[in-house]
Amino acid sequence: MQKIGVFVCWCGSNIAATVDVARVVAAAKGIPGVAFAADYKYMCSEQGQQLIADSVRQYGLNRIVVCSCSPRMHEKTFRACAERCGVNPYQVEIANIREQCAWILKDKEQATRKAIALMKAAVAKVQLDTPLQPGESTVVKRALVIGGGIAGIETALDIADAGYKVDIVEKEPSIGGKMAQLDKTFPTLDCSACILTPKMVDAAQHPNIRIFTYSEVEEVRGFVGQFEVDIRKKARSVKADICSGCGICTTKCPSRKADSEFDAGLRKRGAIYIPFAQAIPKVPVIDRAHCLKFQTGKCGVCSLVCPNKAIDYTQQDEIVTEQYGAIVLATGFDLLDLKHFGDLGWGRSKDIITSLQLERLTNAGGPTEGHLVCPSTGRQPKKVVIVSCVGSRDTSGRGKTYCSKICCMYNAKHAMYIREKYPDTDVTVFYIDVRTPGKGFDEFQRRAVEEYGVHYIRGLVGKVDVHKDGTLHLTASDLNSGRQLEMEPDLIVLAAAVTASPDARKIAGLVTASIDNDGFYVEAHPKLRPVESPTAGIFLSGMCQGPKDIPETVSQAGAAAVKAIGLLSKDKLLTNPCTARCNEAVCSGCQSCVKVCPYGAIEAVEKTVITLEGKKEQRSVAVVNEALCQGCGACTVACPSGAMDLKGFSNQEIMAEVDALCW
Amino acid sequence: MQKIEELMRVKAAALLQDGTADCVLAWRKGEFPYDHATAVFHTNEELQELTYDCFCPANLAKYLIQTSRAGKKAAVFLKPCDTYGVNQLLKDHRIRRDLVHAIGTPCGGMLDIRKIRAAGCRGILAIEDRGDDVVVTCAGGTVTLHKADVLLRKCLACKGNDYKIADEEIGTKQAVPQAPADRFAEVEAIEAMTPEARFAFWQQELSRCIRCNTCRDVCPACSCEQCIFDHPGSGADGKAYADASQEAMFHVIRAFHVAGRCTGCGECGRVCPEGIRLDLLNGKFAKDINTYFGPYQPGEDAETAAPQFTFRPGDPDPDTVTQNDDRRDDHA
Repeated sequence: MQKIGVFVCWCGSNIAATVDVARVVAAAKGIPGVAFAADYKYMCSEQGQQLIADSVRQYGLNRIVVCSCSPRMHEKTFRACAERCGVNPYQVEIANIREQCAWILKDKEQATRKAIALMKAAVAKVQLDTPLQPGESTVVKRALVIGGGIAGIETALDIADAGYKVDIVEKEPSIGGKMAQLDKTFPTLDCSACILTPKMVDAAQHPNIRIFTYSEVEEVRGFVGQFEVDIRKKARSVKADICSGCGICTTKCPSRKADSEFDAGLRKRGAIYIPFAQAIPKVPVIDRAHCLKFQTGKCGVCSLVCPNKAIDYTQQDEIVTEQYGAIVLATGFDLLDLKHFGDLGWGRSKDIITSLQLERLTNAGGPTEGHLVCPSTGRQPKKVVIVSCVGSRDTSGRGKTYCSKICCMYNAKHAMYIREKYPDTDVTVFYIDVRTPGKGFDEFQRRAVEEYGVHYIRGLVGKVDVHKDGTLHLTASDLNSGRQLEMEPDLIVLAAAVTASPDARKIAGLVTASIDNDGFYVEAHPKLRPVESPTAGIFLSGMCQGPKDIPETVSQAGAAAVKAIGLLSKDKLLTNPCTARCNEAVCSGCQSCVKVCPYGAIEAVEKTVITLEGKKEQRSVAVVNEALCQGCGACTVACPSGAMDLKGFSNQEIMAEVDALCW
Repeated sequence: MQKIEELMRVKAAALLQDGTADCVLAWRKGEFPYDHATAVFHTNEELQELTYDCFCPANLAKYLIQTSRAGKKAAVFLKPCDTYGVNQLLKDHRIRRDLVHAIGTPCGGMLDIRKIRAAGCRGILAIEDRGDDVVVTCAGGTVTLHKADVLLRKCLACKGNDYKIADEEIGTKQAVPQAPADRFAEVEAIEAMTPEARFAFWQQELSRCIRCNTCRDVCPACSCEQCIFDHPGSGADGKAYADASQEAMFHVIRAFHVAGRCTGCGECGRVCPEGIRLDLLNGKFAKDINTYFGPYQPGEDAETAAPQFTFRPGDPDPDTVTQNDDRRDDHA
């Protein structure tokens, strides 16, 4: 006999302030099959779980409904509680009366009625729940890190140091990412290359790490513990095993039309190039779109000058397939394309640059060997204006609504660089607010003002005019004094908003990770699971989850590594028993399910089937491999005959819920 | 037409004789010149009854399920539009290619006896297809009608005279009866209605349904082992309905069910004794699939998976569709 217990949680005042929990309990008591109903202030607490356990014992309950927060939050908690007191964990249903009821409604009567309806739906479903037993699956002891910037490198090193194999896939020809382009890092002003390049070397030399540069993830199959990934190794047109990295080819290449990505477009590079001197691997790559040999068939200089005969124009992309237990996304960030900021002069003068370009102009490894000059004249600027929040905290629609978080600090850093090296250069920063929370951050910004004499003006830059002679004219408002300002700076630096990498969306599709409206990966829980994606076995490291500075990125990279190590250290994982099931009598063998199954868990098998009339018949029907099925349910909706059903979420159970809501 | 009928009899006899086929699927003479039936032929004697003219609109493809199931090799005469159904059944793994011998059979358009009667013909004794014209011999005399005026509705939007699957062809291909009409023109007209007018239109159509299930039985895409409307455990069986919305649900569910597999053969609309425009309901789905996922013709071949069964990064999100519909409703 079914004996259902209904437990209504107050969640402190989260639920109880909006929902009359006593009425939900009273309504539950009136439903046939409900043997016990009670409410408690915090059902997830030890006392709350004890209440459940005691009631199971006292009333012989065999099914449990908990009316509480989202199952995302505590389904696991209550299933474990049920299991401890002898109830099958899959005969527990959660009615979400917090996120889907109390939090979104204001009227107590309305909220109480909705809570009762949700409770009734859960009771209707729990009555049909069958006991299920999870199986086991194995874990491949290797992790994949997508992205080879500081986040990816740090995560990979941590995983590798724990004794597990790691592969890094980086789409650019070298690892290093954006940090490799920076000059100095706040708030300590240590040289970026000096702290990053040794990490790059560590990663390259670590016996547990393999690096695939100039490579992209092409396809991801499988599931937590057993991902199967196709990696496209793009053709470098250079044999990496023979190349000595001497770089002669890059100096002799006659094609000089391509912008250097590494120098943020401030310099031209050859069609065959090594992105920067400390690149890993130090193997050039031919950019075929700019290579004369590929475009016209005439040239071949690099091949002639190469002392090792390493150039190979016939090289093809190669696909390698690897198995992984965990995947860490570390796809980094990009800067907002400023094409909609023509009013700030973007695109109209070479002397209006982004902050990243300024990093290259002050970097000893940059196009000017660290001499700050105006790109148009090559002369040192005497007046520099830095504009904050270009596209950040923007509600006009041409930028992003969020704060990019790092700009206030790097603006202060840039201002200090300039004043330190060129005391005769005047630096003005226009800002909306200065936001510098963080250890030593506010002191750092104050130093820029107090010790380095940087002018901070609270106000917006209205427009920038570019005169025929190339000089710049800037109009701004000083909000503190209410004055209109006119300036004629030599160089304008725009602190462009941070955006998610455009590749993030594509990769999210490949691994079924969630992304938010801005293209950043969504975490499983913003507070309690900040480095995990909602998809099991997918972890998040660095800027791909949201704007953050280097110290935060490195901390998150370590946290993601720990989560991945926690997974890799397990020999077996319990599988989800809510798998698909085929009703062979109804299955017509059309194989629609086979086509849509993302896990390759279904195949058509010729077998003896008992028909609905009870006759034996030999025909082809769908058979589910429960070890591979992840219970996504794609087959159940693809099946034209209704033969496919999902254990724990059967059509009958869903219909019972809907019926309970409707009547 | 006399000649093609003779060719078909000879061909069928030869195929039965040499063992290529265990049976032949074709049409048999009806009691009247316009009511030929589908039939399975096993012997030379039976083949004397085989007929073929402009009153053989029925698609024989679906009978292949039974012959395949029984392990019988079947030779089947297929008009160009029927070949789509065979391909779709192959794609759905409902029939075995090795048990099907497909014979492409020319078609110059099938006629609608209701239109001929509506043109005033009574006591019909014979009907002769003369290309552009149709000569009807009635008890009271002879009437000549313009063929384009008496074609079946499904032939007005003819998909062409190519066979999408054929092991061999018989006779000579005939020209498409007239410049084919835009298949979705009527669907567009319904889309342009206000939501209220559209609802009223479908209410008026679907409430006439008598649940005879002919549309389902004739449909080459409707080939489940057991239809949920017959399955006592499905919660959707039974034919006696309490209200009109349940009749509508039967047709809406069926339209969803065959979406991406419906070849647009128009048989559902043709066979409906109440003349319900089921072809328009299915046409709406076909049109939306083309709009949102790119052109796709079910049954064009036996391999290409329907858009519902393929997932590409560029696929539209559900909100794209809703937004489009909202915009259209705003216009209206």
